[in-house]
Amino acid sequence: MESTFVINESSADIADYTVVGKVTPRVDSLSKVTGAAKYVDDIQMQGTLFAKVLRSPHPHAEIVSIDMEEAKKIPGVRAVICGSDFPHNTGIYHVDQYIFAMEKVRYVGEPVAAVAADTEEAVDLALSLIKVKYKPLKANFDPQAGLKKGAPLVHPNLHKYYHVSAINPTPHTNIANHFKIRKGDPAEAFKKADYIIENRFHVPQIQHVPMETHGAIALTDQTGKITVWSSCQSPFTVRYLLSHCFQKKLRDIRVIAPIIGGGFGCKAGINIEPIVAALSTKCVGRPIKLMLTREEEMYTVVVRQACHIRIKSGVTKDGKIIAQENEYIWDCGAYASYGVNVVRAAGYSLCGPYNIDNLKGDSIGVYTNRPVGSAFRGFGMSEIHWGIEQQMDMIAHKLGMDPLELRQKNCLRPGSKNATSQLVDENTGNISKCLEDTAKHIDYNKPREKFRAVGIASAQKAPAMPNNATTSAVAKFNETGGIELMFSATEIGQGSHTAMAQIAAEELGISVDAVSVISWPDTDYTPYDWQTVASKLTYSCGNAVRMAARDAKNKIFTIASRAMEVPEEDLEIKNGIIYCKSNHSKKLSLPQVCMGYQYPDGHTIGGAVSGMGFFTPENCINCDPETGYSPKPVANWTFGAQAVDLSVDPRTGQITIHKVACVYDVGKVINPQCIEGQAYGGIVQGMGAGLMEELVLDEKTGKVLNPSFVDYKVPTAMDIPKEMVTSFIETAQLDGAFGARGIGEHTMIPTPAAIANAVYNATGVRIQTLPVTAEKVLKGLERLATEAQRHRE
Amino acid sequence: MQKITFTINGHAETKEVDPRMTLLKFIREELHITGVKEGCGEGECGACTVIIDGKAVNSCLMLAVEADGCNITTVEGLQKNGELDILQKKFIEHNAVQCGFCSPGMLMSAKALLTKNSNPTEDEIKEAISGNICRCTGYKQIIEAIQAAAAASSLVARLRRKYGKHFCD
Repeated sequence: MESTFVINESSADIADYTVVGKVTPRVDSLSKVTGAAKYVDDIQMQGTLFAKVLRSPHPHAEIVSIDMEEAKKIPGVRAVICGSDFPHNTGIYHVDQYIFAMEKVRYVGEPVAAVAADTEEAVDLALSLIKVKYKPLKANFDPQAGLKKGAPLVHPNLHKYYHVSAINPTPHTNIANHFKIRKGDPAEAFKKADYIIENRFHVPQIQHVPMETHGAIALTDQTGKITVWSSCQSPFTVRYLLSHCFQKKLRDIRVIAPIIGGGFGCKAGINIEPIVAALSTKCVGRPIKLMLTREEEMYTVVVRQACHIRIKSGVTKDGKIIAQENEYIWDCGAYASYGVNVVRAAGYSLCGPYNIDNLKGDSIGVYTNRPVGSAFRGFGMSEIHWGIEQQMDMIAHKLGMDPLELRQKNCLRPGSKNATSQLVDENTGNISKCLEDTAKHIDYNKPREKFRAVGIASAQKAPAMPNNATTSAVAKFNETGGIELMFSATEIGQGSHTAMAQIAAEELGISVDAVSVISWPDTDYTPYDWQTVASKLTYSCGNAVRMAARDAKNKIFTIASRAMEVPEEDLEIKNGIIYCKSNHSKKLSLPQVCMGYQYPDGHTIGGAVSGMGFFTPENCINCDPETGYSPKPVANWTFGAQAVDLSVDPRTGQITIHKVACVYDVGKVINPQCIEGQAYGGIVQGMGAGLMEELVLDEKTGKVLNPSFVDYKVPTAMDIPKEMVTSFIETAQLDGAFGARGIGEHTMIPTPAAIANAVYNATGVRIQTLPVTAEKVLKGLERLATEAQRHRE
Repeated sequence: MQKITFTINGHAETKEVDPRMTLLKFIREELHITGVKEGCGEGECGACTVIIDGKAVNSCLMLAVEADGCNITTVEGLQKNGELDILQKKFIEHNAVQCGFCSPGMLMSAKALLTKNSNPTEDEIKEAISGNICRCTGYKQIIEAIQAAAAASSLVARLRRKYGKHFCD
């Protein structure tokens, strides 16, 4: 395994640490390789009732009537409920959704009713006996058509919905959010351009495919308190939204998030929890479990949004992009969910990691009658970079310039201003170096045989979270000088718990082994975290954990200072021993102090030590609604680049990926082995999106045609590149824990565009609609051959 | 209901079972052995892989009654006398685990492979785990872990052959 770490000399907070930056086994791996790890479906409580959901067979229809009487008569059935039983709204950015469809259904698969019963057989029978009369309405599956006058309105009451202030819907249209960038004077700048290059790109809806489907258990007790165990990324947000939905106090809702079998964004916000919670209120004292089938997972919860991309660039002969229009028309699907915030993120990240003085950007989210669009690893960035990074290559080819050189000429550097006019400085991160190192790893200039070539693409991403998104942590010392570390990040596979253990251990001067991570967020017990999203944990939660550890350490020093009769400033902890810095022979072990120090005569000072910490990014300012301007729209940016070396079989169009190289500027690598795991996983997930994944909808019926692993293929071990190479640049994030920025999502952002660029370089075929299938490549090759033939004639 | 007798993770058991019940559901919900996971229920993802009489099998595609007389091993049965199997050790060492949901099935496919082929090539490893979908890791560290386990086991086997009872691993 090849890996290097380039340290940026200007970085202030990069030092050699004892635990941070070192390989240490994941704190959760032992439980996961032995079968001890308990996911939500592994929680088997006595008396648990089965639950299932009746779903809409129509993409858009009025609900005329629902008759549940026959269903209720089935022996063993405990609850049969529908929208009129729970006329409560929910939603994370737009409160636009009922627990069950009320007046009308808006997509195939929308929950209409639900049943809880003693046995699965009774549930199935009862579901089959619920009679729903629908009056079909005209459906729309195309966000571009949905923008036109006269298009069927998916949400006629849009103007009445509550939405958070950062979201900007257009009443009486299908526009769920419209984010604008107006920077400089693009109209004037286009006039000065030597070339104007305009292209369109398309990204289809795809599925997250977590290996564990969505699942939840709810139990309403006799006091009315609802406890929910859910495979969710956002336990506190689920609690908050459930309390609104069920009009209960926060103390009457408890959400526990067990170990999670993959999320990638689809378990962010609120999903199936209100359904189980609603059922449980009708079956007091009985736990109710709802586990989605793989088919339900594919289209009834959330999917990645489709996006129609148009980019028009004004370029000078020497390769400077002086003006650009970027238009992103997003398919939000039937409900806004997380999708509207993806629209916002795409807006402020408008043109990728490039310095363009004159910009016009419109990122528009449109309601349609497709499955609900939402967050997916990269949060809109993989989607827009599919267009941005191909456009860069297309500009370069037009100019006869090398695509890497064009990127180097236009990329953000200290002194440049990004899309929102935020000033980039030497601490923001180094995209130029990412490109340079990626090119080295892939041997960019090496001549390759026919039908084999390299493609390159850059990436940028910021944590897309509200500016007040906060995180807290608690570190409690135990009797032997170790700590129990508590926070509410959910471990969805990204390795957060290991990074947190390393950060706490480093700060406290103890070993990772001495840190016990309390790994089940529980809103009754663990401290608040907004959500596990946005690749924000190492940064935000890392800071909260470091502050909690420092707080505990300071308390240790207060006690030890009295016991050792040395000033607090002269104390340090190394390997679990508290030393007097100026005289190392003066020392106490942590267990002698962390529960209070006892003198030989028995009297004791201090007591059981614990520390608390919190973190909220400072000085993040909302973007201006008309221009998108913000001096600091987000907490930080992570930049990166990826290159793909592939060959194409000209007879079949089949693509073989030989090597993928990627370099990211992550501030500080907390765990080299875990970050490599994120890189490899992101590359391969990006290959899935790039080469094979697409949710196919029948536009006659609104039904998803490939809701299974038989028809929706994701990469297997047979599909991975022959070689994957990663390295990282460490330009310290000044307010990051030990200088760290996020990386979890970024690794899949550039892959699809790098593949498309490599395919073009290998064959001359430009694929602008994902995925890059062999069929499309072959058709392109045939078209080129026909054109060449015509040219000869 | 039908009576079946089988061995699971070294324990002999006799149980009455609904003839329509899948082996996966039987193991998880009747025997309460939950390391075995359901990822798709249609034999495509491999999360439910168990070893039956030496072969890796999707337990969601088999009925419990078909396991009559069989020897079943789940991930819980990999440890011997409180010691982790070499594959489990190498999965930890090589960071082959992220969300962990595919790990039990992945380990069982790898175990079945190494049992019949102690020195597999990289392609043989890929083929052996091609029915186990992992959405997190990109497979690289899993393949490295299996290679390392194979190397360590063949070293142990060589040393054991050479030193006989004088070798202690």
